[in-house]
Amino acid sequence: MKFEVEYSTIESVAGPLVVVGKVKNAQYNEIVRIKLPTGEERLGQVLETSDKFAVVQVFGPTQGINIDKTTVSFLGETFNMGVSENMLGRVFDGQGRLRDSSTGIVYSTRRDINGEPINPAARGMPSDFIETGVSSIDGLNTLVRGQKLPLFSGSGLPHNQLVAQITRQAAVKGTGEGFAVVFAGIGITYDDATYFTNEFKKTGALKRTVAFINLADDPSIERIITPRLALTTAEYLAYEKGMHVLVILDDMTNYCEALRELSSAREEVPGRRGYPGYMYTDLASIYERAGIIKGKKGSITQLNVVTMPSDDVTHPIPDLTGYITEGQMFLSRDLVNKSIYPPIQPLGSLSRLMNLGIGKEKTREDHRGVADQLYGAYAKAQDAKSLSAIVGAEALSDSDKVYLKFGDEFEGRFLKQDFYERRTIEKTLDIGWELLSLLPEGELTRVKKEFIAKYYKKKETK
Amino acid sequence: MGAIERVSGPLVVANGMLGSRMYDVVKVGDHGLIGEIIQLRGSKAIIQVYEDTTGLKPGEPVKSTGNPLSVELAPGILGNIYDGIQRPLEELRTKSGAFIGKGLEAFAVDRKKRWKFHLGKGIKSGAHVKQGEILGFVQETETIKHYIMVPEGVEGKIKSIKEGSFTVEDKIATIEGKGGKTTTVTMMQRRSVRKAGTYKQKFRADEMLITGQRVADTFFPVAKGGTAAIPGPFGSGKTVFQQSLAKFANSDIVIYVGCGERGNEMTEVLTEFPDILDPKTKRPLMERTILIANTSNMPVAAREASIYTGVTIAEYFRDMGYSVALMADSTSRWAEAMREISGRLEEMPGEEGYPAYLPKRLAEYYERGGRVEAHSGNVGSVTIIGAVSPPGGDLSEPVSQGTLRVVKTFWSLDASLASSRHFPSINWLNSYSLYLGDLNEWLLKNVGEEFVENRKEAMRILQREAELKDIVQLVGAEALPDTERVLLEIGRMLREDYLRQSAYDEIDAFTSLKKQDLMLSTIMHFAKSAQNAAKSGIDAGRITKMKVKDEISRMKEFKEAEAEEGIKKIRGRISSEFESLSKESNEEEKKEEKAEPAKQEKPKEGRKKG
Repeated sequence: MKFEVEYSTIESVAGPLVVVGKVKNAQYNEIVRIKLPTGEERLGQVLETSDKFAVVQVFGPTQGINIDKTTVSFLGETFNMGVSENMLGRVFDGQGRLRDSSTGIVYSTRRDINGEPINPAARGMPSDFIETGVSSIDGLNTLVRGQKLPLFSGSGLPHNQLVAQITRQAAVKGTGEGFAVVFAGIGITYDDATYFTNEFKKTGALKRTVAFINLADDPSIERIITPRLALTTAEYLAYEKGMHVLVILDDMTNYCEALRELSSAREEVPGRRGYPGYMYTDLASIYERAGIIKGKKGSITQLNVVTMPSDDVTHPIPDLTGYITEGQMFLSRDLVNKSIYPPIQPLGSLSRLMNLGIGKEKTREDHRGVADQLYGAYAKAQDAKSLSAIVGAEALSDSDKVYLKFGDEFEGRFLKQDFYERRTIEKTLDIGWELLSLLPEGELTRVKKEFIAKYYKKKETK
Repeated sequence: MGAIERVSGPLVVANGMLGSRMYDVVKVGDHGLIGEIIQLRGSKAIIQVYEDTTGLKPGEPVKSTGNPLSVELAPGILGNIYDGIQRPLEELRTKSGAFIGKGLEAFAVDRKKRWKFHLGKGIKSGAHVKQGEILGFVQETETIKHYIMVPEGVEGKIKSIKEGSFTVEDKIATIEGKGGKTTTVTMMQRRSVRKAGTYKQKFRADEMLITGQRVADTFFPVAKGGTAAIPGPFGSGKTVFQQSLAKFANSDIVIYVGCGERGNEMTEVLTEFPDILDPKTKRPLMERTILIANTSNMPVAAREASIYTGVTIAEYFRDMGYSVALMADSTSRWAEAMREISGRLEEMPGEEGYPAYLPKRLAEYYERGGRVEAHSGNVGSVTIIGAVSPPGGDLSEPVSQGTLRVVKTFWSLDASLASSRHFPSINWLNSYSLYLGDLNEWLLKNVGEEFVENRKEAMRILQREAELKDIVQLVGAEALPDTERVLLEIGRMLREDYLRQSAYDEIDAFTSLKKQDLMLSTIMHFAKSAQNAAKSGIDAGRITKMKVKDEISRMKEFKEAEAEEGIKKIRGRISSEFESLSKESNEEEKKEEKAEPAKQEKPKEGRKKG
């Protein structure tokens, strides 16, 4: 039987931190229960422990905690949670309590939410193509199972829609082979949360989804654990139940701000823009939980939303994220203004693992060449466009004019697609060829000759 | 033995530690987590712990091992993948599965495997030996002899020594030192990681490290025993370039330290390297490689140690007389680990929160590179190539600046080149190599004078091209004289057909110096002919439309064996195309002269202003 001592020795309360005195053997990262005079209970975690005191971070508001009548008991275990397959289809709050008030869940086992680092020698190489049905992802920045790819967005850009679309469409193909979505809403608004739950319900994705939702007005400290709950659930589903899990963390900017809040409450030396110096390590402990393990069936793929404060990619949050993740997708305000959805800007976006997931037998033999050529041609189109802004469209050379036309068609036919349109990879590549057929054959230097013979201007000759 | 008093992240304060020394390794808590003493205050020791400290509590025991953090060096070390404190990851995997558990211990090298030990020249009972001298060797892989050296601090007469089959812990020799003190020698030695190894003397680094990367070898070479830094923002191809160097550099041993980087990248190396053959020895690359992987989600203190673990192993092979290339990806993560520990120690922060001793640590680290005469008399080298990940790509931050002050080759990765898919995205205008002078003699001897001259001329063209491009932005290319329009074309050719190199293309990934020489001289042959042609009045537009250009752009596709013949043919065609070009234009001129004898200077067709 566990012996539990209640301490009524709170020395100070400041921000989300409570210092408990006269504690002898609190464990580092141990979970504590804080009992308020009203009888209300809150959870907390030990951030620092010594033979005299323990510093506790409270998950939830510190409102109502007082020095003399509030008690703290140390639970002798680190933060863990129950996991089971029955969690699919259910919605939890940011601390892992059921939000939908129907029946409870019988958990199969309990897991530490911090997980353990994957041994690099045990990792498998990601190489399975995920068809999202979105041309600018599948065609140009292919997503692979086990990858972590963030969406670098900005305030007011339609990243939530894109995430909902990807979730819906990626799920369709995978239904038969144990596909699951774990969604973590971190500091999102009530509107966004209902948008997602409704979208998931409408398309039937909800029964394959576990959602953890910390709302914008929920305690910000809770945001520290929300992504970890999601990933612990995902690890269970992937490595124990053999499912291919897509984890969506939305929005990591809110997470980092909670981290900064906590750091400043602890009076730590701040790093860039007030974010703690260990933010890289902390973010890595979340992002690196994506992957594949040799000899296990499932996989964890992460799609993270990062809203860049004032669209600045050098801001510490996107910057550190980019150093850890395997590429990035930029959402562009310019494309939104041209009413192009999804507004993924191919220039600057990158999927580092793309090469592992494409080609013959995976997507199609010509995929690499088409992607490179489209990218190069679109870059040239941009150059032509900026040149025409200076000298006027008539003064452009013939070749520049061709590229200018290509650029418009590319945006209008390749990038742009309907929210409910799901393009197969073949369709995406065929559109790519239709667009490349606008260019003279001699310009196609990045595609192998045999593929030009096979696909170039195919439609017109028919 | 002491007890834990306080725990804060990876930092533990223990009481009752009187008698323990700075940088001694300690076992912390009931699980025996590995840590290192980094501060002593009275009977208190401040310890950085190399594993996750979750669950530790005050009162748990702390035991000092009495030894500094050190690595095990013995046959069987090659081809391994270790974590930051040299625990073999494959071994940990068999112990705790796919995830790394707590308090795991594993020997760095196999204790059971027997190796055949051969005596070295002149080694027999009675011979006098000093530290670092070679006693004999083990054929560790087909191409690498693992020399067994007299351990540090041992000197004297060999009392007994024998050949035969031994494990790394078996006695192979005894050495009697001064005052009759005998030391038992095994094939394994331990070295403290934080102390630089000693040697007889250091030499100037004047032999080139051939990397097979054209932009590096031709324009910004690094010498064997030199130091180089690759700073760049994310997505600029640091890791791909580092991996290319690890694959193709002509060093005998490669040590690749993945310090705080992506797990999947280490997996990539682990899956690829056993299948790729070393261009020199035709053996799998893994046989000459040691990987040290402390990915970003593994404990932060071990990340700090991983860099030192790597360089200590490198020095060990250097002492045998090998050339070793050490890749550290990325040193910024190491510096950040230092910052984190320093912050928790509540040290007064220097620039951007980094400790004030950061520049000193960086300098000490890179100084462990070099080409030296080891105690054995053999000459070996450690080349250190460090990636730097500056926040936001801004090189004014402390890690980049501290690094640039000590390294002699600087490969500047450029985000705008990367986004236009020019890889390796090394900017030819900002990068530099201070080894060019030292390597001159070597280049003259091994490649030739023409190459050295061509390189200078090519660099001049590239710089001129950059200036001209600024002008073109303002006035358009048509406004330039023919000679300069031709120069722009040659600049483009150098950039796209020479500097650009695909790391993923089987043939293009590596270019021998000989092929580099051939390619460069061909482009420069075109350059000279084109410039002469432009001077003699041939229209630049015609030169830029020449057919042979397409062939030049495909020079990189020649296999090494066919390169010489193929490229020489292209050179012939350049000459003949220029000849016919000048003939044609002569004839046209004659015609034109007949047609309109009073040829008027037509005003240059400027752009129609929009």
